[in-house]
Amino acid sequence: MEMPPPDTMVLSAKARIVAALHGLLPADAVISDEAETRAYECDALTAYRCPPLAVVLPRTTAEVASVLRLCHAEGVPVVPRGSGTSLAGGALPTADCVVLGVARMNAVLETDYDNRFVRVQTGRTNLSVTGAVEADGFFYAPDPSSQLACAIAGNIAMNSGGAHCLKYGVTTNNLLGVTLVQMDGTVVEIGGPYMDAGGLDLLGVICGSEGQLGVVTEATLRILPKPEGARPVLVGFDSNEVAGECVSDIIKAGVLPVAIEFMDRPCIEATEAFAKAGYPMCEALLIIEVEGSPAEIDEQLALIKTIALRHNPVEFREAADEDQAKRIWLGRKSAFGAMGQINDYMCLDGTIPVSSLPYVLRRIGEMSKEIGLDVANVFHAGDGNMHPLILFDANKPGDLERCEALGADILRLCVEVGGCLTGEHGVGIEKRDLMSVQFAPDDLEAQLKVKDVFDPRWLLNPAKVFPLDATASRRAA
Amino acid sequence: MQPSSEAELAEIIRAAKGPLCVKGGGTRSLGTCAGEVLETSGLSGVVLYEPGALTLVAGAGTPVAEVEALLAAEGQRLPFEVPDLRGLLGRTGESTLGGVVAANASGPRRVQVGACRDSLIGVRFVDGAGTIIKNGGRVMKNVTGYDLVKLLAGSWGTLGVLSEVSFKLLPVPEAGATLILPGLSDRQAVQAMAAALGSPFEVNGAAHWPGQGTYLRIEGFAASVAYRAEALRRHLAAFGAVEVEDGTDRWAAIRDVAPFQGRAGDVWRLSVKPSDAPEIVARMEVEAVLYDWGGGLIWALCVEGDDLRARLGAFQGHATRVRGAGPGAFHPEAPGVAALTHGLRAKFDPRGLLNPGLMDA
Repeated sequence: MEMPPPDTMVLSAKARIVAALHGLLPADAVISDEAETRAYECDALTAYRCPPLAVVLPRTTAEVASVLRLCHAEGVPVVPRGSGTSLAGGALPTADCVVLGVARMNAVLETDYDNRFVRVQTGRTNLSVTGAVEADGFFYAPDPSSQLACAIAGNIAMNSGGAHCLKYGVTTNNLLGVTLVQMDGTVVEIGGPYMDAGGLDLLGVICGSEGQLGVVTEATLRILPKPEGARPVLVGFDSNEVAGECVSDIIKAGVLPVAIEFMDRPCIEATEAFAKAGYPMCEALLIIEVEGSPAEIDEQLALIKTIALRHNPVEFREAADEDQAKRIWLGRKSAFGAMGQINDYMCLDGTIPVSSLPYVLRRIGEMSKEIGLDVANVFHAGDGNMHPLILFDANKPGDLERCEALGADILRLCVEVGGCLTGEHGVGIEKRDLMSVQFAPDDLEAQLKVKDVFDPRWLLNPAKVFPLDATASRRAA
Repeated sequence: MQPSSEAELAEIIRAAKGPLCVKGGGTRSLGTCAGEVLETSGLSGVVLYEPGALTLVAGAGTPVAEVEALLAAEGQRLPFEVPDLRGLLGRTGESTLGGVVAANASGPRRVQVGACRDSLIGVRFVDGAGTIIKNGGRVMKNVTGYDLVKLLAGSWGTLGVLSEVSFKLLPVPEAGATLILPGLSDRQAVQAMAAALGSPFEVNGAAHWPGQGTYLRIEGFAASVAYRAEALRRHLAAFGAVEVEDGTDRWAAIRDVAPFQGRAGDVWRLSVKPSDAPEIVARMEVEAVLYDWGGGLIWALCVEGDDLRARLGAFQGHATRVRGAGPGAFHPEAPGVAALTHGLRAKFDPRGLLNPGLMDA
């Protein structure tokens, strides 16, 4: 993955820049020692690494603003960082950048159940937002699988989703307001504890802008009352196509499950070997979860059963109690870990129209055979957000390159059938050079113009999201 | 001017020498609009409808009524409940999908499923330079590049003229019920609505019409609606008697602000923190008021020409004058936000052709 060469002027001014940062922040909030900056050399896309010039860990919005003002004046690029769990390289540093981590800003600032929101500092982890309100019967809905570790800042940057967004939406649908610090140090408040910020929907374009428009230090998040209960069923099929048709029929019937998860045979086999959840050995299985009171759950599951039985499943497994419900989820929740045990893997994130599911799965199977790398599929079927896992051996010369080539081909296929490159992980550096597959030059130019407005000097996370040649003149200016 | 294709729309904007007044069906436009009228009604027609994927793509000029009929035949609907403001604003004509998006128009179900912008998954539009731009697509989860879909929703034609819009849809539930709490004060009503919306019983409408009643809506499978209506009635016992009405017919009147129709005066629409609403209303001198979104949306009927914002002073939220003469329909923005807004308008419409003056405070 190509990154722009570091600015030698910045590199040679390191001592002066670090000294200036020390002038703004407490001693423990600036890291410049090469052994220590190494801890920030990558995020969860570990194939790419580069230690930054320095790392700052501010504790307040005012400190964030002072750091950005300094970097703006000095022409130093800034890479914002939440918890560093991006799978797309969204927080990958360059050698000439200051990494601005918000991890120390993790307070809950306000909790308001009557108006159903919390306001938090964005270094707070996703799960601990729910943790702050669950004793009172509320939760924060977006639930990316990294929710134990990932920060709200990163969730907002990537517009993160999760398994339950079929019903509750993704981050952007649950975000009411932000405190945004622009690259020049300007602090703006957008939205707040009311619906639909006035004027242009700046909140909507900030969410998902991958840290390129500003650093979000505080966020007002919508919280929801916890449902009375939830229960999954597991349905096994002897073909991917039939499983795909069943998903479509359930949606058409007017049931809105909170999650519909899909696993194919390679994924089932790997997770069984690892987690021993007792899944049936079949071509495809669905885990469908519904919510409500016990009677409401019974009613919805009865309807789902009627629909599923029309598709001759090899298995329809209900959960009689909490323990059985946990076992149904066990394999799905262990899927990524299981894959990591048997192989190196690359996790894709394309979305496709649900109607294209059977065709896309068949094509992925064919492409996998042609290139000689196995692909396991585990994904959110209800909304078409696929997570093909390409298995490879990092120690085998050429395997990573073949894996990346297959990944790119699969994402091109997603776009070809009317879908997109990334459903919830973001573009980062990983899919940066594929953007022109999905967007015409004019479509990209319109997005670059938005960054021009928020960050005219192109200093915030500058080498991400867009193909480097499309942004070269702006970054050089 | 009435282009019949996106290419023609782009050509018109490229060739334009002066301001353009962008118009969908003209049923919900507000503020002043100078220049030659550019109508989108020629960009009409459903491009794609996949009931199994809950997805619709249609030309921006497609009438809302046509789309709603098409969806109803498959037991589906636009999630956000499109308000019909013709009665309130004294308009005729056909509301278009593009106009709904440009206004980010959302009805009572906003409290549960979000606004129009939350169901909007893709747009095609022509910016002020005449460039055709697409963003988003036809899938529900998409974080590829910046979300210009949201930015265009509620932009009132100031960043570009929409040519095509894509929505995610929801199934029409089997049944619905309305709970009615009579005789509550505004303050009690907002508390009751907060208690309802904070319960697990999936309330998807919460409105208060002073003097008439406080209304809560639930929808779903029949047995489930019956169960939740009863559970909610018990949950709200502290607020007095609760009547359960079968069906949800009365919500169209709330959605369309029927109580104000045919009455003189300016109409204001305020988005506020719900628990602040009664106190904010007390500061206004209103002829009539209707609370929706659990109190988060206030519809206020005021004396013509009344400067409501001056009366209110600072509050969390914003006030839009949807009916009434003169400047100042849109809420003034804080300086930092206004700078970003102006920057975006200048980038997307460098010649200042698209609805100039609109959205300015």
